[in-house]
Amino acid sequence: MANSYDITGKDPLIRLENIGMIYKIGDISYEVLKGINLTVENGEFVSIMGASGSGKSTLMNILGCLDKPTSGNYFLEGRDVSKLTPDELAEIRNKKIGFVFQGFNLIQRLSILENVMLPLYYAGLHSKDSEEMALNALKLVDLSEKVNKFPNQISGGEQQRVAIARAVVNDAPIIMADEPTGNLDSVRGADVMNFFEKINAERGATIILVTHDKHVADYAKRLITVKDGIILSSETI
Amino acid sequence: MKPKRVKFAFFLDLESAYKTLLRNKIRSFLTILGIIIGVGSVIATIGIGQGASKAIQNSINSMGSNMLIILPGSSSLGGINSGFGVLPTLTLNDVYAIRKLSSVRTDTAILGMSQQVIWRGNNWSTLIMGADSTFPIVRKWPVAKGVFFTPQQVASAANVAVIGNTAATELFGLINPIGHIIIIHSVPFTVIGLLSIKGFNAFGQDQDDTVIIPITTMMEKIAGTTWVHAIAVSAKTQKDTVTAQSQITQLLRQRHHIPINKPNDFFVRNLTEIAQAANSSAATFTILLASIAAVSLLVGGIGIMNIMLVSVTERTKEIGIRMAIGAKKSDILKQFLIESAVLSLFGGLLGITLGFGISSAISAFSPLKTVVTAEPIIISVVFSLCVGIFFGFYPAYKASRMNPVEALRYE
Repeated sequence: MANSYDITGKDPLIRLENIGMIYKIGDISYEVLKGINLTVENGEFVSIMGASGSGKSTLMNILGCLDKPTSGNYFLEGRDVSKLTPDELAEIRNKKIGFVFQGFNLIQRLSILENVMLPLYYAGLHSKDSEEMALNALKLVDLSEKVNKFPNQISGGEQQRVAIARAVVNDAPIIMADEPTGNLDSVRGADVMNFFEKINAERGATIILVTHDKHVADYAKRLITVKDGIILSSETI
Repeated sequence: MKPKRVKFAFFLDLESAYKTLLRNKIRSFLTILGIIIGVGSVIATIGIGQGASKAIQNSINSMGSNMLIILPGSSSLGGINSGFGVLPTLTLNDVYAIRKLSSVRTDTAILGMSQQVIWRGNNWSTLIMGADSTFPIVRKWPVAKGVFFTPQQVASAANVAVIGNTAATELFGLINPIGHIIIIHSVPFTVIGLLSIKGFNAFGQDQDDTVIIPITTMMEKIAGTTWVHAIAVSAKTQKDTVTAQSQITQLLRQRHHIPINKPNDFFVRNLTEIAQAANSSAATFTILLASIAAVSLLVGGIGIMNIMLVSVTERTKEIGIRMAIGAKKSDILKQFLIESAVLSLFGGLLGITLGFGISSAISAFSPLKTVVTAEPIIISVVFSLCVGIFFGFYPAYKASRMNPVEALRYE
């Protein structure tokens, strides 16, 4: 069986075993990840730091189940997800992972509320209840007043808070954030980071933050540094 | 608290597709223009075709329902062929024998000749027709006033007459002719009925300029013959006309003792066949026009595919976002398929409106009355939906196969 379980009977939330990633462009192959081993426990706030080209984005894509590794195994809540089909990965992204991107990535044609309701819609939920869940998520990020506005009618900081609401609406155990403050000034950035702390503390969600900004990384409780496709260090702050 | 699942997701999808298309009004409209023109011309051409065939049908039907005409044969004596109807081969007994055939509703003998008709000081030369009591059924020609003569009156060769509208006007003017005595060939007849107005036939003859009397009276007291000019037969259904034709041929050959190697001494003419020939030429014309229209639907479909491909590329990022938050391949496929189906369905509905407009305009400004039935409308709606789904499939499939990482990176 590909699914192996911890002998203690308790699996970590995330366990990467010797993850490798090789991109082939024409005849040339690039080894972006060279045997990553990583464990993340439930409720952690981890930041992954590294320069561009270090492989941190690829690592984040694999952690977020957007991409499959070329080699190695990825156990999510004890289940090996490294060999799943695209549709099975989509379901895992829908149920287990919430994304917050640098460019906010809201759908412009949909209202704030509709954007937040979208993960519920893909989970097969669409009712008054799912609207209530979305409203609660928006309340969490202090955007109750703007639910009927459209993304282009609110500020960048507010858009990122909508993205956070969308990430948490499904009660996903993992929130992945890729340079969430990259497009924001320091005040708005700090504001957004406070919401991540709040979600981590109040909801117990595991937060994995990818950044190259030391100030942002400092919000986390553990700092993982990636360089040239390997984990250089992992230190608790 | 677990939210309950609701079934109406499809309407949400529909609404979202509708909103998306409305955001690009001009582009959406131009995209479906091909479908609009295609469906519009399908509806209009089929309307014209059906109108034409209905007009033909009507003029044929006015002669009688599912009618066949039997005429006596021509004689061939010493190499000289005479025309139809000169041989005294058809008798009243033939008429009654034909009436018993399974495919025949009823029939009537017809024996006509021109005679002077006199009422008081007026006289008028008109066609005197001997017929059976079944005449109004066979010729679809009821009386307007009074009654037609009964089988008993035919059997007893009664001196009764039913008068056509033109003859009645010429003889009686505005006076009601019923109950008056008219003189034909020195024989007095009581007028018991006035025929309804039939109008002119296909050859321009006034069919209402006639007086109809029982066939027996005609044969005995006016013409002095034992044979009839023609037998008009009404088959049970339109399909039965073909069966009737062969049954009558067989029956008459038997009754007239014609050897196998000898030709018929009568002719059977199927009026429905003539109607069908006319109809089939109208149908050919309709098919020709409709196939041109179908080509424009095809072109319309390609237009939809083109725009959907553009739309998928434009919205690569959106597809990536949707995939990242959990959309499966089937969700993306469905989203774009619904969009193209809604697009072409809209085109179909606008096309139906256009087709209706063209049809009504033709009806209003030309003698042809177009007929728009439910059939081409239903076909158009279904067909345009199919066009949308068929031509929308490839773009939607392309969207659903995108790699989420690459789609998210797209700017």
